[in-house]
Amino acid sequence: MSETQSIRAARFASIRELVLFRLKLFYREPGTMFWTFGFPMAMSIVLGIAFRTQDPEAFPCAVERGPDAARVMAILERSTDLKPALMSTEEASQALRVGKVAVVVSSAPEGRVYRFDPTRPESRLARALLDDAMQRGEGRADVFTPKSELVTEPGSRYIDFLIPGLVGLGLMSTGFWGIGFGLAEMRTKRLLKRLIATPMRRSDFLLSFVLVRALLLFVELPPLLIFARLAFSVKVHGSYGLFVGASMVGALTFAAMGLLLASRSSNPQMVSGMINLVSFPMYLTSGVFFSSSRYPAAIQPIIHALPLTALIDAQRAIMLDGAGLAQIARPLLVMVAWGTGSFLLAIKLFKWR
Amino acid sequence: MSEPDAVSCRGLVKEYDEVVAVDGLDLTVRRGECFGLLGPNGAGKTTTVEILEGLLEPTSGEVLVLGKTWERDEHWLRERISLSLQQTYLPDKLTVRETIRLFRSFFARGRDVEDTIRMVALEEKAKAKYETLSGGQRQRLAVACALVSDPDLLFLDEPTTGLDPQSRRMLWEVIVAYKRGGGSVVLTTHYMDEAERLCDRVGVMDHGKLIALGTPEELIRSLGGQEIVELSLAEAEHAPDLAALGSLPAVHSAKMQAGRLVLAVEELHVALPGVLAALAAAGLVLENLSTHRATLEDVFVNLTGRQLRE
Repeated sequence: MSETQSIRAARFASIRELVLFRLKLFYREPGTMFWTFGFPMAMSIVLGIAFRTQDPEAFPCAVERGPDAARVMAILERSTDLKPALMSTEEASQALRVGKVAVVVSSAPEGRVYRFDPTRPESRLARALLDDAMQRGEGRADVFTPKSELVTEPGSRYIDFLIPGLVGLGLMSTGFWGIGFGLAEMRTKRLLKRLIATPMRRSDFLLSFVLVRALLLFVELPPLLIFARLAFSVKVHGSYGLFVGASMVGALTFAAMGLLLASRSSNPQMVSGMINLVSFPMYLTSGVFFSSSRYPAAIQPIIHALPLTALIDAQRAIMLDGAGLAQIARPLLVMVAWGTGSFLLAIKLFKWR
Repeated sequence: MSEPDAVSCRGLVKEYDEVVAVDGLDLTVRRGECFGLLGPNGAGKTTTVEILEGLLEPTSGEVLVLGKTWERDEHWLRERISLSLQQTYLPDKLTVRETIRLFRSFFARGRDVEDTIRMVALEEKAKAKYETLSGGQRQRLAVACALVSDPDLLFLDEPTTGLDPQSRRMLWEVIVAYKRGGGSVVLTTHYMDEAERLCDRVGVMDHGKLIALGTPEELIRSLGGQEIVELSLAEAEHAPDLAALGSLPAVHSAKMQAGRLVLAVEELHVALPGVLAALAAAGLVLENLSTHRATLEDVFVNLTGRQLRE
């Protein structure tokens, strides 16, 4: 073997050993295994159950006792949309206040009275349904009979919305904690110092982090996607390749940000504080659990410039709407900008000793 | 041209904000030599070694390692020197073999991983994770990570601090074996027995300066006596006459140290009768007497007036 060849072989061996080292640290640490696999699954089970699609439930409503009550009860009991109960005035008011019933109907000399809370959507809806049932029960004829088409298909449920959010959240956490915290610990324990006292190339060391991050994606994604598919029939409507590609861009972006967060500090507490500081606003605004469109229009440009929002937007578009590369180009560019910016800054700031 | 020295530095200075950690150090370590840097905590040993290892930049001064400078030939030097830091935590979850293999992979040339495990007598622990190793085993693994590159020069910063006597002896054997193979060693320690056992030459450091340099024998001989006699005296109105005691036959020096009379003497059987007679004549009552062969510890106390581990 020539000298160049042997040097190249040695470099390859060194990258391979560094990658193996990172992988072993990952799978021999029960904690990281849980946060990577267990946590997203537990989250999707819990939230999937809490927000499962239910059969449209009948709205509970109260009928106040009185001379007319029996007639009202008879009419309302015919409706499948309402669940009437006979109550005294006090009972009815109490039930309405605590939300046990959505609307109260009573009789007065001038006719019937509906009591409801207009700030509660279900209360307003129940009032409309109740009025409709009463009017028909008293003999109103419909002008025409519309035909209903019922749409309850996978892709529009909460769990479909949630899964891409959890994938994005997972990629952010593993990037920040796995890389950021891992590096800070290596610096505190002087392992970094020990490593750079060898001829190890610093670029190889950083490269091993990137490679392992990319490799782990193929271990991280399938369990959650398969689980979501089996347990909740959540499907990827777009291309799997594109979904994995977008996840890869996201994973590397957060890896670069993790590198930046840990580039100087030798105090793991400090780094974990910084990671929390950076991730918390994204937990809240990037649309993991609910759509970021709920925030005021004024801050939407900021929210959409965040890397987690970009990742989740892209993944939702691929999973739910079957979007192609062209439709997710913008969020991909946002991620690439964050990723390269963080990486270049991290290299510049990185403290080896 | 002869082989360059393992280490040579001139006028080495390292200043931190307020403190001068190394204050104008000149040092030469020859090839094949085991050189010990002795001194109490805070004497500047670690700072000196880390400068020689190319991990710290000196404020001023010139450093040549294997005839090269860190500025110009860092990669070349990294391939040829190895070290163990004063404290290193290796990755908890890696086994002994995996850790050594990782370090081996960084070097273009080096020793076989299994041979290295054998050198540090960790065969039985080859599959054990770092987190399960004892202090002595961890330290041997740290040294193995240095030896696996088959270095020309090995730096060991307090390799046996905090270890039990048996672990220390095992580590000494590893170092002796490495030296026998032609390697050069620079080690720091505050154990005098370690330096006497391992080092061809020692330099004693205090407050960032080298205050003595020589073979252990030379330094001990500089005390003037091979034997040390320590005497405790009962309370008396007058102190012993040190000058008179010092001029007795075979007595080289007499000093009071920490309330005790300490004499450096040549031949115990010649010196003792005279000393005892002189004390009795002065009306001083002896409470305790002990003797030991002079060690580097005595050299340090003699040079600084302080105990090493104060």
